Amino acid sequence: MSDPIAPPGKKNPQRRTDVPNTPPPQRSRAALGLAAAAAEGRFMLQVCGSCGEVQYPPRDACSKCLSVDLNWRDVSPHGKLIAETKVRATTDLYFRKQTPVHVGTVKLDVGPSVICHVHGDVGADETVRLAIKLDRAGQGVMMALPAEETPFMDDDPRLRETSCTPKHRRILLTDARNPNAPEIAGALKSAGAEKIFVGLSEDWRPNRYHDDIMAVTGVEMLPLDVTDSKSVEELAAELGGKTDILVNNARYVRPGGLMARGDTVFAQNEMDVNYLGLMRLAQAFGPAMCARTADGTNSAVAWVNILSAYALVNSPDYGCFSASNAAAFSLSQNMRADFRTSGLRVLNVFVGPTDDDWHQELPPPKVPAKTLAGSLVQGLVDGLEDVYCGDVAKDMIERFRASPKIQEREMTGFRS
Amino acid sequence: MTLLEDLAGALAGGSIEIVDLTHTLDPDFPVIVLPPEFGQCARFRMEEVSHYDHRGPAWKWHNISMSEHTGTHFDAPSHWVSGRDVANGSVDEIPAGNLMAPVVVIDCSAGAAENDDFELTPDILSEWERTHGRIPEGCWVLMRTDWSHRSGAAYLNMREDGPHSPGPTPDAIRFLIDERNILGFGTETIGTDAGQGSHYTPPYPAHFYLHGAGKYGLQCLCNLDKLPATGAMLVTPPLKIRNGTGSPLRVLALKEV
Repeated sequence: MSDPIAPPGKKNPQRRTDVPNTPPPQRSRAALGLAAAAAEGRFMLQVCGSCGEVQYPPRDACSKCLSVDLNWRDVSPHGKLIAETKVRATTDLYFRKQTPVHVGTVKLDVGPSVICHVHGDVGADETVRLAIKLDRAGQGVMMALPAEETPFMDDDPRLRETSCTPKHRRILLTDARNPNAPEIAGALKSAGAEKIFVGLSEDWRPNRYHDDIMAVTGVEMLPLDVTDSKSVEELAAELGGKTDILVNNARYVRPGGLMARGDTVFAQNEMDVNYLGLMRLAQAFGPAMCARTADGTNSAVAWVNILSAYALVNSPDYGCFSASNAAAFSLSQNMRADFRTSGLRVLNVFVGPTDDDWHQELPPPKVPAKTLAGSLVQGLVDGLEDVYCGDVAKDMIERFRASPKIQEREMTGFRS
Repeated sequence: MTLLEDLAGALAGGSIEIVDLTHTLDPDFPVIVLPPEFGQCARFRMEEVSHYDHRGPAWKWHNISMSEHTGTHFDAPSHWVSGRDVANGSVDEIPAGNLMAPVVVIDCSAGAAENDDFELTPDILSEWERTHGRIPEGCWVLMRTDWSHRSGAAYLNMREDGPHSPGPTPDAIRFLIDERNILGFGTETIGTDAGQGSHYTPPYPAHFYLHGAGKYGLQCLCNLDKLPATGAMLVTPPLKIRNGTGSPLRVLALKEV
């Protein structure tokens, strides 16, 4: 078993906050396939389209037959740890703070041998499950995990370093008026969050979710309106230095496409909340969070966006909403670039139609708040960058990958 | 001495006082809330463009945005369907001569303190006239409720069945228009109509009758408790917005001390 991580005490105000360092970020373009797999929590390796060889490390040509027909495929992650050691000294600024670093070699059942990080509960000659995890540089790294769940295994220091778990962390959930707020707050609490700050806009009108949110222990309600720059700046000034995870659930959605109203009123509101709201939050909270990514057990670790799966391809029934989410998705990529050197991770949770007032027109499947909250928290625990929650979102990304153009043609008519 | 010189002397000497009846435009000031499937009244917003910094070293300024009906604001006749064809019905067309006028204040503060849904009725108007004299033609009539002393949730006072705040009955508004030919009607609440005004016939009678008759509205006023029942003047120029249905404005009252 791993040693359970104790809740952090109060920070010593006389001690300098540790400076964020990242592991070595350089990779070949071929090796970025590992980051892509890790972003979704998949175990993928290059498989040769000509001879079927599974190879590691990633290359531009097959190491067996020199074919360049290499495809990233989900393969079995099982193998055996055949060697292990501990690195106790290093000149690397990031790993100097991580020593001793437990590393080893795993012989995978599918063929290749892999040099990897090793979970503390794994011993020599044991069977293991390899996982590709995102490190703090946003690169895919291999880690050998116990074949079966072990007690407190998520508290292993190496594994926690790749995770964005809410455990012992302080979370800001931005919108108390979103119907999903009680479920998300509850799921974060269940995952061990120490504190959940929830942003409430316009306290001059009632919020029907207020009591359900306040029923979650550890919740504090604070004024926040993502459409008001001043409000965002003020809360960031107060709370930016103790926001370890920011979950942006603020969302404005109205049914209808481009021609539905013949004006830009709802579209402006959608852009103001879904796109500019995210921008305001990122500008206000980003710098303080990026400065605290090495700040001990409750370091700043992740930023979560909840995006419509129709950010990928427009859904004309919700055409203007889709467009605002495409803008937010694009901005999230900008955030990733700007946050990269700090190691602060941006998790995008893509979701299809949600089961709420504004999707009454649509038939099931619709994603209940509980499912969304569960996927979001699991994505944090697993340290992912991209989560596709629910059947619609999963189907959207699958079809998008197969052919964005066919998907666009499919979704843009003729509609019955 | 000309009249204006007399006025300037009175202002400088303090025998005429200027009372500001305007709330500060603030992002947190409540606005009317409609069912969410309708477009909503935009809240006041301010984005900093520069602050004597790299974005503009010697100057500070903001871009602001809001609805025509945000904060202390003026309602023009074209705001309501009944006033859509009224001549000079939008704010840019209102004759300048209509932007200053005498004002009478009907004190409903005692009733509104006891009843959130307090109604201004023809009986109250008659009673007021018995004390203060006939409401003059072409004047503003302001309904004082001291509602402006409230803030936050108590101001909008929204419940499951909608907002609750005082306002005029249809008959009271008809009386002010048909019998007294006023210039306009103003309130301290979020609209010229009561919070539950949608349940009158016609719905929102102040809006319906006032604007249909080419009269104006003022709402979200404050400091009405500093005005006399009669004898003050209002200065109410809205922004000159082409085809504008209303406008935030600074409302000033001149009163003799």
